Amino acid sequence: MAILVDEKTRLLVQGITGREGTFHTRQAVEYGTKVAAGVTPGKGGSTVDGIPVFNTVAEAKEKTGANASVIFVPPPFAADAIMEAADAGIPLVIAITEGIPTLDMVRVKQFLAGTQTRLIGPNCPGVISPGKCKVGIMPGRIHLPGHVGVISRSGTLTYEAVGQLTALGIGQSTCVGIGGDPIIGTNFIDVLRLMADDPETRGIVLIGEIGGSAEEEASAFIKAHVKKPVVSFIAGRTAPPGRRMGHAGAIIAGGKGTAAEKIAALEAAGITIAPSPALIGETMAHALGVRASSKS
Amino acid sequence: MKIHEFQAKQILACYGVKVPRGEVIDQAEKARAVAEKLGGTVVVKAQIHAGGRGKGGGVKLAHNPAEAVKVASEILGMKLVTHQTGPEGRIVRRVLIEEGLDIARELYLGLVIDRVTGRPVMMASSEGGVEIEVVAAERPEKILKEPIHPGTGFQPFQARKLSYGLGLDAALANQASTFLCALYRAFEATDASLAEVNPFVVTRDGRLLALDAKMNFDDNALYRHPEIAELRDLNEEDPLEVKASEYKLNYIRLNGNVGCMVNGAGLAMATMDIIQYAGGRPANFLDVGGGANEEQVRQGFEIILGDPNVRAVLINIFGGIMRCDIVANGVVTAARSLGIKVPVVVRLEGTNVELGQKILRESGLNFTVANGMKDAAEKVVQLAKAS
Repeated sequence: MAILVDEKTRLLVQGITGREGTFHTRQAVEYGTKVAAGVTPGKGGSTVDGIPVFNTVAEAKEKTGANASVIFVPPPFAADAIMEAADAGIPLVIAITEGIPTLDMVRVKQFLAGTQTRLIGPNCPGVISPGKCKVGIMPGRIHLPGHVGVISRSGTLTYEAVGQLTALGIGQSTCVGIGGDPIIGTNFIDVLRLMADDPETRGIVLIGEIGGSAEEEASAFIKAHVKKPVVSFIAGRTAPPGRRMGHAGAIIAGGKGTAAEKIAALEAAGITIAPSPALIGETMAHALGVRASSKS
Repeated sequence: MKIHEFQAKQILACYGVKVPRGEVIDQAEKARAVAEKLGGTVVVKAQIHAGGRGKGGGVKLAHNPAEAVKVASEILGMKLVTHQTGPEGRIVRRVLIEEGLDIARELYLGLVIDRVTGRPVMMASSEGGVEIEVVAAERPEKILKEPIHPGTGFQPFQARKLSYGLGLDAALANQASTFLCALYRAFEATDASLAEVNPFVVTRDGRLLALDAKMNFDDNALYRHPEIAELRDLNEEDPLEVKASEYKLNYIRLNGNVGCMVNGAGLAMATMDIIQYAGGRPANFLDVGGGANEEQVRQGFEIILGDPNVRAVLINIFGGIMRCDIVANGVVTAARSLGIKVPVVVRLEGTNVELGQKILRESGLNFTVANGMKDAAEKVVQLAKAS
């Protein structure tokens, strides 16, 4: 089953003619993702590797039946691109773009509130359901189809965790990068809810980091609603307060959002913490018990 | 991005926020003319990007122009240490001289983006003049909050709710509503991430003013505010961090001795954590970006080695889509061109990882090839201790 993206996903790439857009479109097609269309205003009528390019999302959706969009549009224009996709009725929008102004996202979030569109990101690696569909910038080959869901605020740290799982023979149902910005479309709880209901997902890896209180809120939700084993790692135990650690959202502000607080909340909710980033895979294997040794 | 108090007050004043009369100076002698113009008692305030200036001796009263010069000469050039500067402190290069006010009440106003609701929120408190974090921890009921709808902006009724909530009488509440609306306009128009007026004072003659003001801005939005980007004060930042920002690298200097270079912010934080887990102390946070080309690696090395405390370097690249042989070639070329002396541990992951490791081993340089993060961290900590 997987969540969010699968064999039925017909992908639209916004910003397909840009360097990143073209590169990652090729990677997605190679992985087996069905890329239906691209959009770059002003380049309608052209093609990228045989994929038709349109001027507007509305036209692309009407002509190709695209049901998900991925955004590789530069930051000044990305908020507009997200809203265009939502306006066209695309149910799932995955925004890879890093560096969108926060107040733009405040307005986007408000705009989306009245629509049926789910936004993942921005500033995220995307979503992959291994063996089925890859939407984003993650390396496809490190993934293995299976039964562990991965949710993360990070990019390469997610690859690290996935790499460890795959090396142990533990496959993944869906891996979701929710993004490292302070305002994101889909939070930990939204994804946890989907994974809790997904019969194919038998365990969950939650990768958090300093800043905000999303991990604390996720802890409460897991305790109340998630019966599957959850393993977590929180990055930034050694991060100094008041400094933004690369991600716009990764900052300990006013003494709040520390790794220690988050770990305490997760542990109190019965979630197993991987003490080191090198032990995420092993900790999950242990939590799954017998299922891990039978290659999930 | 942070700016100074006097700059924040200039911006706020443009949007109609009332601030005390004052002028900023960089030479003590200029204090006389400013104090004469303001008349009466003046306040001399050190301008650095850190709170707690008063307790550190960076804010003083002067009762006449001669005293203003004396106080300004004491503060200008001093190394001001506050709880926010760390023990190294900051050199004071400018002071703001302002009119002294007869203060009846000290209140608090703050505007931030609430991550949970995804909206700006205006906070007001009757407990002004102290750190809001302390109030939040000890008496959270003393903080009033009004979430702001991004479509409509901050509304007058919200300003009235807060003003009367602060216990202001009708005449003052009217004035306060104008003040609060102006504060929100400034916040929104400049893409601020924080606008804080603490204390927000009521004078005995019934005026409301921003006695202190702090504004931080969203780095992602600076491209559309060149006039604010210009206010950046490089003297307030670590020179290595300034250099890194020129290269568009995310670098934060820490106080350990294990330098690290990583692609991706989350993995970079996790790498710092695992260095500590292995018994060492990270010298920095450095994210060279999701990719990692030769030029970025060279610049990253240059920045890390600019810190004299670094005894060993860990490079942790999860290449993903990138080919490890290309990353390895970049690392070798960069290390050669910079003549690197300290031991370097390299952990590569991605396509062609064996080929990449072979390139590193056969380079004849002081590289230690690691398998996985744990191995890499243990090796680099050992090398840092030995060197």
